[in-house]
Amino acid sequence: MGVARFWRENRTRYNLIGNRCPTCEKAFFPPRELCPTCHRQSIGKMVEIQFSGKGKIYSYSDVHDAPTDFSDQRPYIMAIVELDEGPRITAQIVDAIDGVEIGMPVEMVFRKIREESPEGIIHYGYKFKPAL
Amino acid sequence: MTPFGELWDRSLRTLGIEAGLNAMVDAGITSEEVDALYVGNMSSGRFTNQEHISAVIADHTGLSARNLPAIRVEAGEASGAVAFRDAYLSVASEVYDIVVVGGAEKMTDVSDAMAHEIFATSVDQQWEVFLGATVPSLYAMMARRHMHEYGTTKEQLASVAVNAHKNGSKNPNAQFKNQISVEAAAKAGMVASPLGMLDCAPISDGAAALVLAPLDIAKRMTDHPVVIAGSGVATDTISLHHRESLTTMRSTSVAADLAYRRSGMTPEHVDIAEVHDNFTISGIMAVEDLGFVEKGQGGPAFESGKFDIEGDLPVNTSGGLKAQGQPLGAIGIAQVVEVTRQLRGDAGDRQVDSPQVGLTQCVGGTGGTSVVHVMKVI
Ligand SMILES: [Zn+2]
Repeated sequence: MGVARFWRENRTRYNLIGNRCPTCEKAFFPPRELCPTCHRQSIGKMVEIQFSGKGKIYSYSDVHDAPTDFSDQRPYIMAIVELDEGPRITAQIVDAIDGVEIGMPVEMVFRKIREESPEGIIHYGYKFKPAL
Repeated sequence: MTPFGELWDRSLRTLGIEAGLNAMVDAGITSEEVDALYVGNMSSGRFTNQEHISAVIADHTGLSARNLPAIRVEAGEASGAVAFRDAYLSVASEVYDIVVVGGAEKMTDVSDAMAHEIFATSVDQQWEVFLGATVPSLYAMMARRHMHEYGTTKEQLASVAVNAHKNGSKNPNAQFKNQISVEAAAKAGMVASPLGMLDCAPISDGAAALVLAPLDIAKRMTDHPVVIAGSGVATDTISLHHRESLTTMRSTSVAADLAYRRSGMTPEHVDIAEVHDNFTISGIMAVEDLGFVEKGQGGPAFESGKFDIEGDLPVNTSGGLKAQGQPLGAIGIAQVVEVTRQLRGDAGDRQVDSPQVGLTQCVGGTGGTSVVHVMKVI
């Protein structure tokens, strides 16, 4: 797969950048071209924001059967995290020695996501760890 | 339809052709009477390196000798169901009279790991799969929330698979004909917690097809035509994390509402249903979102036997995706084939006592698309 397909999203994925609808104030990650509720009123007016990276676990799963690119990491925890600013996001949970549970506070960390063996590309981005 | 399973000796085209010809023979029609072909297929390009599968199947079923239109439809795992709906619309709107609609997928020409990778192209590649999510892990997160919000248990999840295998054991076309116990299903090795191996439907090859026609023509073909009384299709966010609730599939409840309203029926009218049990949690959420039980009551209802073949409302008499098999593009068509057989009284050992109304529900991705059809005898 071409490299551009991945670096195109790097800024969003490295910095947790989304946007907010100026009309209804709803925040989105990843950024959306328009607010699905306010439609036209929001086109061209969405305001970029950077999320704090703090949130809570909304749901999670321990992944035992992993895709090839992730097989060296298994078993690993995938979660849907609800960010303090509202949006939910799918991410891996790391450094959770005692496991995780619904409602557990977490914070974003910048980590290696995976390596693609044939091209040797290493992808980075957000993961979350239990908040101190 | 063809048998479902790991069919090493059959290719995608032989499966598609076999199902198409079987349907035409069953309807007693020849290729001269057909006006168009619709094919549901999710990913023939990645599974077999062959796109344009509509023309391949039209060619080898003899339809392209008359240069008939052939249309392929893709909507993830709901490809077959959306193809069925589009074929239905083409007949209902009087564009065509007799239409053959089929679905096919050949999943075992690639490795198991590759098959799961291709499977996951129906969910959000960029914001779910790229970060390590698998399809089972996304459904596992629905299951985790369902357990958290409604107290659903591992044993209740297992009872969905137990029912599927019990019915599959009576279906000659089923991939799995073995019965399983609740204990075995609840204790099977983990795939993505809380879902274990027996909570997941298999990788399968297979194809299914049907013939659609206006009622007056259908009545000439058979003494037992089945009527499409209502049809609904709906979408939702492609990423699971963007849904307000993980325990309701809104695309299913919206599609069901459309199909019920169009048919003038309610969930109480439904005698049998084929639902998209790609995972056990999906079966539980489906019976809730279709209005068969209150939200949160799906687990206890499966456990109580309500959805068994001898129960109030038999669900997945075919064995469902779990036991009959899961050839992606063929799923939605196979569901309609089963409901048609049941309504015609042709379901053999698994025949339910004279059902009048049947329902099918098919899902793409984690609910990015859902399709619901209500069918009845006349
Ligand atoms: Zn808005």
